[in-house]
Amino acid sequence: MDTLLLSRLQFGITIVYHFFFVPVSIGLAGLVAGLQTAWVRTGHPRYLRLTRFYGKLFLINFTIGVVTGIVQEFQFGMNWSEFSRFVGDIFGAPLALEGLLAFFMESTFLGLWIFGWDKLPKKIHLACIWLVAIGTVLSAFWILAANSFMQHPVGYTINTELGRAELIDFGAVVTNPVLLATMPHQISACYMVGASVVTAAAAWHLVRVARKDRAAQSALVAASGDAADYVRDAEDDESRSAFRTALKIGTVTMLIAGALTFIAGDTQGKVMTDVQPMKMAAAEALYHTEKPASFSIITIGTLDGKHEVWAIKVPRLLSFLAHSNFTGEVQGINNLQTEYAQKYGPGDYAPNIPVTYWTFRLMMGVGFVAFAGGVLILWLTRKDRDPATTGFWGIVWRYGPILLPLLPLLGNSFGWIFTEMGRQPWLVFGLLPTRDGVSPNLSPVQVLISLIILTGVYGVLAVIELRLFTRTISAGLPDLEPEPEPDSADKPLSYAY
Amino acid sequence: MDLATVWFVIEAVLWIGYFVLEGFDFGVGLSLPLIGRRDRERHAVLSTILPVWDGNEVWVIVAGGAMFAAFPGWYATIFSTFYLPLLAILFGLIIRAVGLEYREHREDAAWRRRWDWCIIAGSFLPALLWGVAFGNIVRGLPINAGHNFTGSLLDLLNPFALLAGLVTLTLFLTHGSVFLALRTTGELRLRAKRQASVAGAITVVLGVGFLVWLNRLPGIENRGAVLVCSIVTAAALVFGLGMHLANRDGWSFAGTAVTVGGVVITLFTALYPRLMPSTSNPAWSLTIQNSSATHYTLTIMTWSAAVLVPLVLAYQAWTYWTFRKRITLPPVDADAADAVRAKAQPSSVRSAIAK
Repeated sequence: MDTLLLSRLQFGITIVYHFFFVPVSIGLAGLVAGLQTAWVRTGHPRYLRLTRFYGKLFLINFTIGVVTGIVQEFQFGMNWSEFSRFVGDIFGAPLALEGLLAFFMESTFLGLWIFGWDKLPKKIHLACIWLVAIGTVLSAFWILAANSFMQHPVGYTINTELGRAELIDFGAVVTNPVLLATMPHQISACYMVGASVVTAAAAWHLVRVARKDRAAQSALVAASGDAADYVRDAEDDESRSAFRTALKIGTVTMLIAGALTFIAGDTQGKVMTDVQPMKMAAAEALYHTEKPASFSIITIGTLDGKHEVWAIKVPRLLSFLAHSNFTGEVQGINNLQTEYAQKYGPGDYAPNIPVTYWTFRLMMGVGFVAFAGGVLILWLTRKDRDPATTGFWGIVWRYGPILLPLLPLLGNSFGWIFTEMGRQPWLVFGLLPTRDGVSPNLSPVQVLISLIILTGVYGVLAVIELRLFTRTISAGLPDLEPEPEPDSADKPLSYAY
Repeated sequence: MDLATVWFVIEAVLWIGYFVLEGFDFGVGLSLPLIGRRDRERHAVLSTILPVWDGNEVWVIVAGGAMFAAFPGWYATIFSTFYLPLLAILFGLIIRAVGLEYREHREDAAWRRRWDWCIIAGSFLPALLWGVAFGNIVRGLPINAGHNFTGSLLDLLNPFALLAGLVTLTLFLTHGSVFLALRTTGELRLRAKRQASVAGAITVVLGVGFLVWLNRLPGIENRGAVLVCSIVTAAALVFGLGMHLANRDGWSFAGTAVTVGGVVITLFTALYPRLMPSTSNPAWSLTIQNSSATHYTLTIMTWSAAVLVPLVLAYQAWTYWTFRKRITLPPVDADAADAVRAKAQPSSVRSAIAK
């Protein structure tokens, strides 16, 4: 294996892993801020307990997002030094601004939020978590600005003497059509994930209480009593009410975010057809230009355009995805290949088709299933109904909460794998091939070492994080501490969320 | 001053911010075994940095990002050259951060002990290796005409760079001990002061040796300025330690903070106008002229930094103000009473909520 392949593998593994945590952080930050706002406005302790419960989950997750994020920033220079030299004049500014504007804000105010409960006035403390939530969105904007340049370079000129791209219009970089289309799609997709975590944890507790109810009721019946005598434990009753609220907030947010994700994704598809037609063709494994173009839900056979055994096709849908009308022309891979070969010289300009074809479908598929899951949850819990504990719906309720957050989370991963793999063979579309961006001084052994160490550490962290996460969920709503005596000498800070 | 020079200065400011702030975080992490002998003491020691360490760490992300933006060539060369040391630094930063954030989530003694070791190792690696990296940057490395490193890992582990690593390690430990003395009371403070005395004495010896060696490195263009910076830095360290002996905690911390900043200024002064000297051929050295971004990019960055850096400094200062009180370890009985109260608490809260 060579340095290039290993570096690509490492970047792929580290960024996909990093991006398991980022959407949870972005989504949860906003939802926790919303819950705390509800508490500050209503003074109801239920919202405070929910804020602390979800706040704890947010922090457990945020930590891994932070540590894996630093790796990403360092990797551009470590593994992709020629890329860094080539695009640094343009690419570096958004990264620096991400740190200056967003990361400083997120981490400083997060520290204030975690430990400032009894040190700051209520409203200022609330402002801290809002600043964190805003910071996460700002950081998404700047990193997407950098990424969008790689998808669709704008506002630059090529300095042939220095062999690099140089910035001539910063305004164009921050209004890149790809950026403007990706930003709403990405943020709403993040909120889908955050909301699904809120929903899932709430559902888990509702199921827990419902099962406990049923067990206690059948025990009463067995003891020849009447099930109607059953009185639920006060704490469980409070849990049930609080988590019903959380479930509703989570599901409704997920549905709104889901709808926005679909709408924004549709816009994004049209921009992509415009600026990266090869990626659109690769998404459909469309080899020959079609007018109108159909969209296949699923294909069995090879995706090289030669042997198609069986496929479900929706006529004219691809035309609609690409152009908002049912008659538009969508260019095929072969036609684009010929065109690019003339423009950029001989070479293979098609990305890995099976990867782009399936990730595109899976991204949309899991998104739709998650959305349907949200609708189902709202229906099943209508009018104060409790989750079923037996039969088919009992099984759905038992395993559904575990699966639910994975769907939009994987949707995010598939979307990014599609976007980045669909950009290949380019690192910066049309300007820099991926193979030319790698650091020339690295040996494969060095990259192999880092690949093994990072993958190993990430694997261990994943296990620890998931355990702590589920443990914190099952611990339930945290108890509220009494008001601390003001102005006492500082004891070691309690980890009070 | 042209913008490239301005950005050289801003880059120095960002690294000063990082090393002054994370320097004491590393020092506090390294202090766990000696100053925090029991779990509750280690918790108290870590409490001094828990609300702020993450904000402090962002300085390195911004320093890296700004280097990428203002000196793309420098960023590319440095980060690819120090591939394995940076990997070790990243490894350290990862386990330290997770340790700091996860330690308190469980009461389990074994869980906490494991994270304590992660915090210690995760403070040790960056404290040592950032010094090694910067030592090499100032000393120079085999760099070819394409600005790529041509040496091996062994070239990075030369005596000068290793000494630089030991200097940052001991200096950060001193800085952290002095910080702990400023931020704690009672027995913890006394232990921190004892540690500051020992670490400080070692830092003086290593630091002065390093500065003397630094002044004799070939290729430095501003020898006079480097000498002045070295003397001021050494004087700040002596001042800080003197104030420490005089029990003036605030002044002593100011002294070590200026020392850390002084080291960065001295190193950057020794570099200027080079960014990464080439020992293969001086003509192949990276300089602020041949590695900087365009005037247009630097202008945008300058305006951004001029607005945002003071803002960040202001709100970070406010954070330190919010958490300004010294950490006091509660007496053991009170601790036990706390535990009893905590156990008794939930039911009363529950009943309050039920009502």
